[in-house]
Amino acid sequence: MSDGITALQVLFTETYYWITIVMMFLIHVGFCTYEVGVSRRKSHLATLLKNTMVIPTVGVSFYLFGWWFYSSMVNGPGITGGLVTAHFAEPWNELMGAHMGGKPVNPNLTPADTFLWARLNGVFFGAFLLFSWTTASIVSGSIIERVKSGAFWLIAVMLGSVTWIIDAAWGWHPAGWMVQLLGYHDAYASGVVHAIAGGTCLAVLINLGPRIGKFRSDGSPRNIPPQNVWLVCIGLFLIYTGFWGFYAACNIPIYDVQPGDGVFWSATNIYLQATTLSAITFNFIMSLCGGLMAGYIVSKADAYWTFSGGLAGVIACSAGNDLYHPIQAMLIAAVIVVIIYKLHYWQEKRFKIDDAVGAVAVHGYAGFLGVVAVGFVLWGYPASPDALLGHATPWARVTPWGQFAGAIIMFWVLGFIPGYVLSWILKQFNLLRVPREVELAGLDYHVFETMVQEDQEIQTVLKEARLAPAE
Amino acid sequence: MNTGNITDWNGNMMDIGPIYPFVGWEVPMVIIAFIFWIGWHYLQIQMENRQLEAEAQKLRQGDNLQKAIAAEHNPERM
Repeated sequence: MSDGITALQVLFTETYYWITIVMMFLIHVGFCTYEVGVSRRKSHLATLLKNTMVIPTVGVSFYLFGWWFYSSMVNGPGITGGLVTAHFAEPWNELMGAHMGGKPVNPNLTPADTFLWARLNGVFFGAFLLFSWTTASIVSGSIIERVKSGAFWLIAVMLGSVTWIIDAAWGWHPAGWMVQLLGYHDAYASGVVHAIAGGTCLAVLINLGPRIGKFRSDGSPRNIPPQNVWLVCIGLFLIYTGFWGFYAACNIPIYDVQPGDGVFWSATNIYLQATTLSAITFNFIMSLCGGLMAGYIVSKADAYWTFSGGLAGVIACSAGNDLYHPIQAMLIAAVIVVIIYKLHYWQEKRFKIDDAVGAVAVHGYAGFLGVVAVGFVLWGYPASPDALLGHATPWARVTPWGQFAGAIIMFWVLGFIPGYVLSWILKQFNLLRVPREVELAGLDYHVFETMVQEDQEIQTVLKEARLAPAE
Repeated sequence: MNTGNITDWNGNMMDIGPIYPFVGWEVPMVIIAFIFWIGWHYLQIQMENRQLEAEAQKLRQGDNLQKAIAAEHNPERM
């Protein structure tokens, strides 16, 4: 930290990421609020606890192995190379704890490693962990009121600490093999966070089955409205707010994007490609606007779907929001929101999928279509700054087929298939779904029973006290 | 007794590396964390299954299930 400019760059980056983590925490608060608002009163507490405990279950597993996957698996492994050495991310490494950046104790580390990672490892880990919680929370809402919490937490660990972070290594790392070979571009995670979570969601829903009473005997769906629309809307507002932090965390705030030919400081996207915070501010706002307006019209002013439309609009544009024109972002958001709204009700009627919060559509289909849209709108763009990363031979450019293949990998290969296999295994061991009686009575039945018993006891004591002569 | 490498905050900061206690014990700590994490999932699943089965048994008796469903719409229940 002896060079003044470099020290400021590292310290600013550390502070910037720390703030994004605080902002992104609101996503989790929003998901919990939203989910409780959707669930019926008889299952509120179980619903809240289910999503809250994503924090430790994914948090600990992400510390133990998830963070290491991101840096070590960029080549597949076995596609463009082997496992990449990433000592700083090994849970037993000194850089996975409090460190001042000076002389390393571990012989595998160099002073350059400690200089860079002592201040950035924890905040990068934290930002990626917050993305992990988001992927798991997306699944949480769709399976409410009938899933066993323990099953969900195992699914959350698989998605949050294994599959999503592997897809991030493949398609959301400057040197990921999908970036190199497919020209995959997904700047703000339409595919790597949302499509994969939607794919997992769909797989779990198939094995889990619908809530009791969701479908009539003739197979037509009943609408189970949110228990508390106010809470749902406030939850979605909180998710919007946290989403600003999510976008910020997908950027490196200050980086020399012109090495070897003078110095040019700029913010970059996750691929280290130059962009500006202004650009993403324009596009975030306009894609939110497009989504809200389309959601309002297509749902005939339904508050729940209007808010969800806003969220889906941002998700639909996230893959290209570093480069789109704001009006392009607005229009792409509006078109995709109409499509995903129709898809939600089509899959419900056609396949009897009971997705309580519309997560497969809002995250999965919007993310998938958003990745595909980049292939057409940004056709021919470099997917990442290969020359900046020291590669003489240019990597693949953005194409419709590269993006389509990327969307398939995200939604189906890493999202649906592992989600289906794990939920199927849990189902075989009777670990996936709560007993029918408990589902009917509500997941909070035991809490209410205890409360009623205690209340009766207190009433009895009070009655006896009133009847007893004063001492 | 000194649990960490820090004996003095004065001097060249570039000589200071890890500042947590028990440097060198990271591998055993990771093993403990792993056992704690796996053990938690095991205990949680056992506990949840036992509780759900007990509730289901109770609800199968008499008209307990009907009473529970009827109570869903009782505003005093919350």
